[in-house]
Amino acid sequence: MSTNKSLLAKENKLSSTISLPGLTNKKLNLKTMSIFLVLCAASFLFLLPFLWMLSTALKTPPEVTAKDIKLFPEQLNWENFLDGLNAAPFAGYVGNSIIVSVLAVVLTVFINCLAGYAFAKYQFKGKNLLFMMVLSTLIIPVQITMVPNFYILKYLDWINSYAGLIIPRAAEAFGLFLARQYIMNIPDSLIESARMDGAGEFAIFRKIILPNIKPLIAVLVIFTFMWRWNELAWPLIAVSEQSMYTVQLGLAMVKGEHFIEWPQLMSLTLLSMIPMLIVFLIFQRYFIQGMVSSGMKE
Amino acid sequence: MVSSIAKWYEKKHIKLVPYLFIAPNMLLFFTFMIIPILFTFYISFHEWGLFGKPIFTGIENYTRMFRDKVFWTSLGNTVYYTAGTVPLSAALGLIGALMLNQKVPMRAFFRTIFFAPVVVSLVAAGLIWSWMFNPNYGLFNEILGHFGVSGVDWLSSSTWAMPAVILTTLWVRIGYCLVIYLAGLQAVPESLYEAADMDGANGWQKFWRVTLPMLKPTTTFILVMEVIHGFMVFDLIYTMTNGGPGYSTTVIVQYIYQKAFTEGEMGYASAIGTFFFFVVMIMTMVQMRIGREKD
Repeated sequence: MSTNKSLLAKENKLSSTISLPGLTNKKLNLKTMSIFLVLCAASFLFLLPFLWMLSTALKTPPEVTAKDIKLFPEQLNWENFLDGLNAAPFAGYVGNSIIVSVLAVVLTVFINCLAGYAFAKYQFKGKNLLFMMVLSTLIIPVQITMVPNFYILKYLDWINSYAGLIIPRAAEAFGLFLARQYIMNIPDSLIESARMDGAGEFAIFRKIILPNIKPLIAVLVIFTFMWRWNELAWPLIAVSEQSMYTVQLGLAMVKGEHFIEWPQLMSLTLLSMIPMLIVFLIFQRYFIQGMVSSGMKE
Repeated sequence: MVSSIAKWYEKKHIKLVPYLFIAPNMLLFFTFMIIPILFTFYISFHEWGLFGKPIFTGIENYTRMFRDKVFWTSLGNTVYYTAGTVPLSAALGLIGALMLNQKVPMRAFFRTIFFAPVVVSLVAAGLIWSWMFNPNYGLFNEILGHFGVSGVDWLSSSTWAMPAVILTTLWVRIGYCLVIYLAGLQAVPESLYEAADMDGANGWQKFWRVTLPMLKPTTTFILVMEVIHGFMVFDLIYTMTNGGPGYSTTVIVQYIYQKAFTEGEMGYASAIGTFFFFVVMIMTMVQMRIGREKD
């Protein structure tokens, strides 16, 4: 068995090289070729659900329930999008989600950067204790706070309001942690010299810190947007009136509350993810950076 | 001279500033996180409906919980879901990362494809896959049919609903594990492989003796994150099965939600929440301990 494997390994090294004109000019050996083919197959499997959604969104209802199932529609039936939008007040949900996500991004990024700066660059009593407390909530399932939070929302009269959707979720451990890590790397001398020049403390934050943490802000903006846009559990607690539904809540409810055909449901699903996919394709680098730096630095 | 001015400034002024800077964050954090956690503990010893005042009942909610068959079913389902998703998404993520770490054409493209489901909402993923799993018109059974396997009514079967949800989760989570592993792989120093080459190690040996040990912190991180993620599963279940058929896919978080908001048993829901809180905390600490050992 083991001799077999080492033989194989040798064979790989010596293997005849195949060149793929048009793809790259490099010569590819057999191992690289087979990995490439496996990756092609795997990525097709990963794309399949997206294709299936897209094709269903463009099919006519009879086509969807036809005997032979086709991956591609015979003709592009764009009416599903309009029918879907008419079946549920989806445009209103999109509006709510945009308002909630955008305001949440502004609020969250601002307070997390401000607090992250304080935790990174100031000495004060209770600093470590407070920070450890925040950090420990990273491993606490948010859902166990559902019941009290519902009552707090009720007490504040924030049920079915933008405030209720935005403010309670604004202080968020991951963002604060990331902000502190990043700001710690800014040299103290920058801050000190500004202080010597008589700059106020908030002015230092605004004029020295903020311009130096643009990549951090990018990561925080993208992640906060993604979380708020994709969130279901919190809107489920904070909202009961249909006029205040977010996109995800509306989508989750649409099956139960409206009579809707699969082509229309898939067209709504597609619409719901377009903002996220655009943000992702443009800022992919930051997504991956954020995912990685959240874990690796510990 | 300069330092004395600085000291004076520090004493008079700066002491308050950090507190002002953390104030908005801390205010929200305490109001909507710390206080609710403490309140959950408190209310778990009470009977409390949607209306009226909480009545102290001691450990009644907890004894009831241990006698509650649905609670145990949902705990079992949560473990089943986690066990079904975590090892597979970590292993497949690692395999994908190993492949993408080679000099393969179009790596960035592949990475984008694998990572795309991570940014899609779980509601959307749940809806797409519910439709994929549709017994009559879904793509999944159609594909199985081509291989001569007759499909089942996945989401309506108490046996197959959970595997269907697990499969959906893999689609969503593999890309996350892959990206984290890829970053881990790129941090492994090339010199270690060169040394292994000198010793005549083959690819397989290099993987077991160099790559995997070097990836240990990454693996620990992924396992901790994925287990927490698995234990907190809610959106997908809510969208795809809503816990059914019967209680065959009911998971803890969803059971808490159901008890609290459908049945209005806030006290009992809080007891399950408190129990769950300690389970997740202990599990995370144990995992981190194991991950740190042998380093």
